[in-house]
Amino acid sequence: MHMHTLRHVTAALIAAALMTACGKEEPPAPKAEAPKAPEVLTVKIGSASPLTGPQAHIGIDIRNGVQLAVEDLNTQGVEIGGKKVKFELVAEDDEANPTKATTVAQKLVDAKVAAVVGHFNSGASIPASKVYADGGIPQISPSSTNPDYTLKGFKTTFRVVAHDGQQGPTLARFAVNTLKMKNIAVIDDSTAYGQGLADNFEASAKTLGAKIIAREHTTDKDTDFKAILTGIKGKKPDLIMFGGIDPQAAPMVRQMKELGIKAKFIGGDGMQTPNFIKLAGDAAEGTMASIPGLPKDQMPGGKAFLEKYKAKFNQEVELFAPMGYDAVFVFVEAMKRAGSADPAKFLPELGKTDYQGVIGPIAFDEKGDLKNSPITIYVVKSGKWEPLEVVKPEATAAAPAAETATEKK
Amino acid sequence: MEIFAQQIINGLVLGSIYALVALGYTMVYGILGLINFAHGDITMIGALVSLTLIQLLAAAGLPAPVILLLAGGGAVMVCAILGLSIERLAYRPLRRAPRLAPLITAIGVSILLQYSAALIWGKQYIALTPIIEPAQFTIFGAQLTSLQAAIFLLACLIMTGLLWFIKASRMGRAMRATEQNPDVAGLMGVNTNTVIAFTFVLGSAIGAIAGLMVVLYYGLGHYFMGFMLGLKAFTAAVLGGIGNVGGAVLGGLLLGVIESLASGYIGDLTGGVLGSNYRDIFAFLVLVLVLVLRPAGLLGHQGGDRV
Repeated sequence: MHMHTLRHVTAALIAAALMTACGKEEPPAPKAEAPKAPEVLTVKIGSASPLTGPQAHIGIDIRNGVQLAVEDLNTQGVEIGGKKVKFELVAEDDEANPTKATTVAQKLVDAKVAAVVGHFNSGASIPASKVYADGGIPQISPSSTNPDYTLKGFKTTFRVVAHDGQQGPTLARFAVNTLKMKNIAVIDDSTAYGQGLADNFEASAKTLGAKIIAREHTTDKDTDFKAILTGIKGKKPDLIMFGGIDPQAAPMVRQMKELGIKAKFIGGDGMQTPNFIKLAGDAAEGTMASIPGLPKDQMPGGKAFLEKYKAKFNQEVELFAPMGYDAVFVFVEAMKRAGSADPAKFLPELGKTDYQGVIGPIAFDEKGDLKNSPITIYVVKSGKWEPLEVVKPEATAAAPAAETATEKK
Repeated sequence: MEIFAQQIINGLVLGSIYALVALGYTMVYGILGLINFAHGDITMIGALVSLTLIQLLAAAGLPAPVILLLAGGGAVMVCAILGLSIERLAYRPLRRAPRLAPLITAIGVSILLQYSAALIWGKQYIALTPIIEPAQFTIFGAQLTSLQAAIFLLACLIMTGLLWFIKASRMGRAMRATEQNPDVAGLMGVNTNTVIAFTFVLGSAIGAIAGLMVVLYYGLGHYFMGFMLGLKAFTAAVLGGIGNVGGAVLGGLLLGVIESLASGYIGDLTGGVLGSNYRDIFAFLVLVLVLVLRPAGLLGHQGGDRV
């Protein structure tokens, strides 16, 4: 009896794990409009990000940015190759799950979207990029910062955010050169994003002469870091760097405080959210995090965008809504230049993008990475993220190029 | 030394939460032979209800001890009613069905609870604004907060109380009788339906308190938080010998300490090959080892069918 039950239990555990992986929620479908006059061309824009689960707030933020762009374009009225175009949003939920991401990607390809904004997580964007490449659908990730994303050799893969190859080293330069940190502990959340950022940070910090006294890993589901932090505490760090997202970063700083760890705490863009401060409470004070790009309100189109977003959705921009918004416009500009909304025709034009967006000048290098994105370091001061310093990627040639880009506008 | 002491403290606090949840699994298993997979999610409901109550009451400006008492009481109440209704609606009709049927029902109830919670509380992490600033102590160089101490002591109190209750009270005797043989117990005048319903209520109420502890300890709540907690507590129950109340306590504390020590030291012991992200693996490695080497668990009866 006993053994039998336990065997059933094992089967049930597997079943439970599978079932939770399948749970999903359809995003609200865009309202179908009555048939229009024949010359109106409907162009579908896909959006893929986690709309449920712990990272839903960031994913919904991206979807909202895309939705706002689609609505703005429809209000403006766009003509491509002499035809009036109506844009339609197809939003999908990838649950921040790499497996789900490929399913969702295939669904978008099958729905014949012209272009996709997504995904949020590097771990989702990377496997999905193959599906889009096979389907010939261009993809712009508003947020995936793992360098591997654009290294697969796909012509359809772009991003409008600095990658960790740029973010990690810049963060390390700031930590070692500006903050003068010597003994650094590095933790990541074992995701493509978190680990990528932490690896790049670690490598650069070492080259700059800092000592990495501990390298720990957790997961993106955990909320108990006491054991890891206790181990780190014994090695007396000046700074703890975390590659990961706010639902982990927030309890981590709380538990640091409880364990009496005095070290400073720094992380990447995944934790620079209002949510982090809400979750971490007082313990958030003094935490630093970098964001690729300029501060939200210092973006060229930032103020107006933030107000428009707030008016529409009645909430603050979390993180990547401006990137999602710009990505749609980058696609549409390329369609206009090509005179076609056919992915095969406008894809070559995407690489030639030179667009002045909300986030600043957007241009891609040959891999599809954003050229010359600055990185801003923020610090939590009296319960708010305040910009601390804007750091340029590398001293070499970056600054003049950024200047010419601004002059063009 | 201080690091070791700190890891032991971390482990004991974590373990006492596991142990409380494990009690719910083990009591139901002892009496019905059913693994109530919804139990982790009942704990989650307890956690989210107490979180909401704390926030509402704090906004009303009540003093902290009153808030905790009311929030705990409210969560216990909700979970007790929930446990009672789940038993009545989902498990009782299947009492004589093949064993796999109630097990699958339990998973169904678990998913139902998760997504109902997602509908009520949303899918984001919910933060608890701290209502008390716990005092910090130093023992053997390790940091201990008054909250951790309170969690551990309260858990010990509940567990001793429960052991006493089962041993000494009339209802406890009825529970033991039902556990040994429900049919004979029924013939002797024990109302087994009441006993079983009571077991669910008791387990769910203890789960609710564990939920409150998790919320206070981590300051976070989430609709999915019961899943992992439930699996760990189930592991703890099996480790101690499922069906055995003392075993659940031992298993919970042991599992907490094993996890804490493992994730604290594995990186250094393996020279960085294995990291602390393998921590959950230890919990389940323990489960596999117990099932292979000592299927009845540490305190379970070896070789016997009855627990």
